[in-house]
Amino acid sequence: MNTSISGTATQPGVQAATIVRQERAALIQRLRGARNQRSKQRRIIIAVLSLLVLAMIVLSLCLGQTNYSPAQVWQVIQGHKVPGASFTVGTLRLPRTAIALIAGLSFGLAGASFQTLLRNPLASPDVIGISTGASAAAAFAIVILSLSGTVVSVFAIVAGLLIATLIYLLAYKGGAAGTRLILVGIGVAAMLESLISWVLTQAGQWDLQEATRWLTGSLNGSSWGETMPALIALCVLGPVLLSQTRHLDSLQMGDDTAAALGTRVERTRILVIMAAVGLISFATAATGPIAFVAFLSGPIASRIIGARGSKLIPAGLIGALLVLVADFAGQYLLGTRFPVGVITGVLGAPYLVYLIIRTNRAGGSL
Amino acid sequence: MPPRELIVAGLRVGYGERTIIDGLELRIPPGGITCIVGPNACGKSTLLRSMSRLLHPKAGQVLLDGRDIHRMQPKALAKILGLLPQNPIAPEGITVADLVGRGRQPHQGLFARWSKDDDAAVAEALEVTNTVELADRPVDELSGGQRQRVWIAMALAQGTETLLLDEPTTFLDVSHQLDVLDLLTDLNRQRGTTVVMVLHDLNLAARYSDHLIALRDGSIRAQGKPEDILTAQVVHEVFGLQCQVIADPSTLKPLILPAGRHHMLEHAGA
Repeated sequence: MNTSISGTATQPGVQAATIVRQERAALIQRLRGARNQRSKQRRIIIAVLSLLVLAMIVLSLCLGQTNYSPAQVWQVIQGHKVPGASFTVGTLRLPRTAIALIAGLSFGLAGASFQTLLRNPLASPDVIGISTGASAAAAFAIVILSLSGTVVSVFAIVAGLLIATLIYLLAYKGGAAGTRLILVGIGVAAMLESLISWVLTQAGQWDLQEATRWLTGSLNGSSWGETMPALIALCVLGPVLLSQTRHLDSLQMGDDTAAALGTRVERTRILVIMAAVGLISFATAATGPIAFVAFLSGPIASRIIGARGSKLIPAGLIGALLVLVADFAGQYLLGTRFPVGVITGVLGAPYLVYLIIRTNRAGGSL
Repeated sequence: MPPRELIVAGLRVGYGERTIIDGLELRIPPGGITCIVGPNACGKSTLLRSMSRLLHPKAGQVLLDGRDIHRMQPKALAKILGLLPQNPIAPEGITVADLVGRGRQPHQGLFARWSKDDDAAVAEALEVTNTVELADRPVDELSGGQRQRVWIAMALAQGTETLLLDEPTTFLDVSHQLDVLDLLTDLNRQRGTTVVMVLHDLNLAARYSDHLIALRDGSIRAQGKPEDILTAQVVHEVFGLQCQVIADPSTLKPLILPAGRHHMLEHAGA
């Protein structure tokens, strides 16, 4: 039976039916071609981004006050003793580069997930106070309670989840809480920042580096002890987020449409928020809230990937690239050494202003 | 395969403390076009939302093919029951073909796996809705009428035998309203899709439905064939509107001529 409703289909005769069938086949071919082309472009974009990340990793490990060849670096990674390089690369650069990569991926993935879920580029965890909450808790645990290692991460993630819940409850007014949620989040973030400032005044001996770590994020003094919890979190929570890609995509069409297509809206929302808050909190416990990486990665990724599928993976790679490049630039390219968060802050702040101006012009409310 | 039967039994539903519908019984005729009409806030959207699982009932059941839809796996339900909500959002930059492809979600696994069936379903949905030429265009660039056809195409690609639509003609001008309703009638006649929709326009509902349900304050005041139930008295009861009902000269379906306070002639008895 021919199910087409187009005019030709209702004409009797074998010939008409054949034409319709041929048209259908050509259309299917065309659709498949367009789809294949898009996914090929998508794979190329992801491959190029991955290569750029890899190049930055090599650059960060090889270059610095003293330069080492990739061969020397490789020997250090394999555990051989290389005079000079073993300390500089093995103890200083390797953990620093590793945490830059892990934190960048975590911030990028989590930020893009939040922005997609709440359908607003301003709804990134570092704008609405979740990163600040994790940061305040980590600073409190380290400075006031003299804790270190995994316990700090636990503090950060509990605080991150509590702050996320708090913002949700404060903004909740029978659902549809997009703009309220962002405004409440910005307010909560401001309060938490003052808490961080207070914590820092209580520290016995604190230097500017330590202060910037908890205010804008820094990779100075990174060690494997701080890196491991964040790495484990990324390996567990990253796949959880990626498994929700399809449902996140369908939530973009509105809760009702997503539900009509078989997405469990509430479950997806809770799963994505928990996983994203977890990623942000663990990474923040290690590096501080590296300013605006979560906020910038998603929009940059959407620019590049366009309508060629989900932006989650590209956003993670962009996040890693941002952190690696900003840290490298902050250390070596600008004369004075700047912490990574200062550099990303300089990049992110104008975009935040631009976004707010643009939405105001468009007559929107945030 | 016979079209599946949608039955509402003892439905009580509402938002928070507020109950909108209490104890509603309803059987949607399989294979027909059913329109739900009523004044604002009468519960028509609420009823449609609970029939499609967007709203969980406080009591009662919604049965499709004998199964309680609120107990079914969401994905399994999405294969047999489609819904086009009132204000779906097109993701930025998405093309028509991609948006229509989103309708295939319930047929796909955890990770995107496109099958031949998916391609065929999208192609057919584009053909049926007359949107083949738009396939590669971004949805953002389309006119309101075109966009609505594309959304209907997405719902079609889902391949369900029952399709619910919440005010599919809002924001469209008159000719596009008729376009959409003609398209839904084509679907119903040629594929046997059961169509259930909430409509604002009483006259269009009267013309296009096989079964008309008039709702007021969350309960059914009249239901049946439009020509059997639409009387001036029913319209007054449901909408609080004085009117005349005549047979539409071109369709012989009931046509409502509303009376107002002005412009009425002396002898016009409403």
